[in-house]
Amino acid sequence: MAAVLALTAVGLNLVFGVMRVVNVAHGEFFMLGAIGAWFVTHYLPVPAAMAWIAALVIAPLAVGAIAALADVTVLKRLKYDPEATIVATIGLLYIFQQAALSFYGPDARPVAPPFHLRLQLPWFGYSGYKLFVVVAAAVILLGVWLLMTRTRAGLVMRATQVDRDTARNFGIDVDRVYAGTFALGAALAAAAAVLIVPIQQAHYLMGHDPLLLSFIVVIIGGLGSLRGTLVAALVIGLSDGVISMFFSPTLAKIIATLAVALVLVFRPQGLFGAKE
Amino acid sequence: MLRVEGVTAGYGPITVLRDVGFEARAGEVTAIMGRNGAGKSTLLKCVMGLVPATAGTIVLDGIEVHRLPAHRVPHHGVAYVPQGRRLFGPLTVAENLSVGLYARDGGPEVRAAVLELFPRLRERLGQVSSTLSGGEQQMLAIARALCLEPKVLMLDEPTEGLQPSMIRLIQDTVLRLKDTGVATILVEQRVDAALRVADAIAFMANGRIAETARAADLTPEARQFADHVGV
Ligand SMILES: Nc1ncnc2c1ncn2[C@@H]1O[C@H](COP(=O)(O)OP(=O)(O)OP(=O)(O)O)[C@@H](O)[C@H]1O
Ligand SMILES: [Mg+2]
Repeated sequence: MAAVLALTAVGLNLVFGVMRVVNVAHGEFFMLGAIGAWFVTHYLPVPAAMAWIAALVIAPLAVGAIAALADVTVLKRLKYDPEATIVATIGLLYIFQQAALSFYGPDARPVAPPFHLRLQLPWFGYSGYKLFVVVAAAVILLGVWLLMTRTRAGLVMRATQVDRDTARNFGIDVDRVYAGTFALGAALAAAAAVLIVPIQQAHYLMGHDPLLLSFIVVIIGGLGSLRGTLVAALVIGLSDGVISMFFSPTLAKIIATLAVALVLVFRPQGLFGAKE
Repeated sequence: MLRVEGVTAGYGPITVLRDVGFEARAGEVTAIMGRNGAGKSTLLKCVMGLVPATAGTIVLDGIEVHRLPAHRVPHHGVAYVPQGRRLFGPLTVAENLSVGLYARDGGPEVRAAVLELFPRLRERLGQVSSTLSGGEQQMLAIARALCLEPKVLMLDEPTEGLQPSMIRLIQDTVLRLKDTGVATILVEQRVDAALRVADAIAFMANGRIAETARAADLTPEARQFADHVGV
């Protein structure tokens, strides 16, 4: 789904853009968000719709907190060295997966959607919930865009992204910016998962696909480019859906892989990425 | 105002500054001169906390600046115009100024006062800063620093690569700021420029302050310039 893919990919790209960290564990934040949603909806003694809304708030916050902790305890100690952090996030991926397996188990479990609405729409078929997911994802993305372009926090993040030493010289606490960015990136993945989990079920290995797709989106859209990520997510998500529906999922994957290869060869900085 | 004493600092295992001491007084321009690689930029970075001092003290009005993390230094009114300007290139002029206002919560009146000094920036507030001309970029780098309402202003070769009229404009700005009581530290390579704006000159060689002098006591032919700057 293009909208949810965009949320996850924007999270990945934000972390790369501001911190220069390639977060291999990003898909696990997605997975933790889905599992968090299951826990919240399963244990909160309120009607399904309210429980789901609670999950949409609680899961991203909890996952963001876990991410901030991981940043301070692991990435900061590595001084955000680009190569060391790739290895470290592979380690985080494994830890999160094993933790999910121990505490949640190997089963895929469903989460009830907040509402059942059958609509007759072209493209979305019959599910009113899918339409809702698209709208909700768009609202969250708009919020991220406003945050980055219109607020002090966004300004501080962009200044840090350009030049962290000079940012320090103007009073910006770079460590805090990094922890916050990592948390925000993870929370976006978690929010995407809460949106998708009523359609997909929560499982401890479900992080792989969104990670891969997000990387594809980010490579095509351009590292560090928010606009490129959105466009690429839309193109990949929609074409993946259409091609899978009319032809086969395998063909969709082949085409996506081909697109990545073409972009890497002819425009390594991505369609919207700035030349170094 | 700002007193540096016995400072030793460097990059990892390499020691660059050795037992450096000098004082920058309020309402004065202190020029730092010396050959390439003498350690002038390193000294300013050390005051900013980017290069940690392994010995010695840096004190501003009783505050031990050398104990602060780098991002706390500007809160106490130390502003820095780095060598090569280091603007936030993809950000607009207005956004660069906003970053300058951030640390000390400067309001619109601070910004207006700064733009008063550089009217050319006011016409270009929405322009992406990397597309400004070299002179405009330098004005913005200084304006961004002034948004901190600094007590100490440190400029690292601000006139490098600029045409004479732009150099004048920047020198005049420095002279005007002097009257407001700012302590200015100016790294400068050219003798005439240093003599025009400086009250005191500290000569650096091999990571030490080799000599200091009052600018009024020096002529362009003075021995110090030949010894430490190599003219
Ligand atoms: N990041 C760094 N890592 C290691 N050594 C450095 C670093 N930056 C500067 N140095 C070394 O420190 C010494 C002083 O450099 P610095 O930039 O302070 O000189 P400078 O007086 O400002 O010279 P210039 O007039 O060329 O600007 C030089 O020998 C330089 O090689
Ligand atoms: Mg220098």
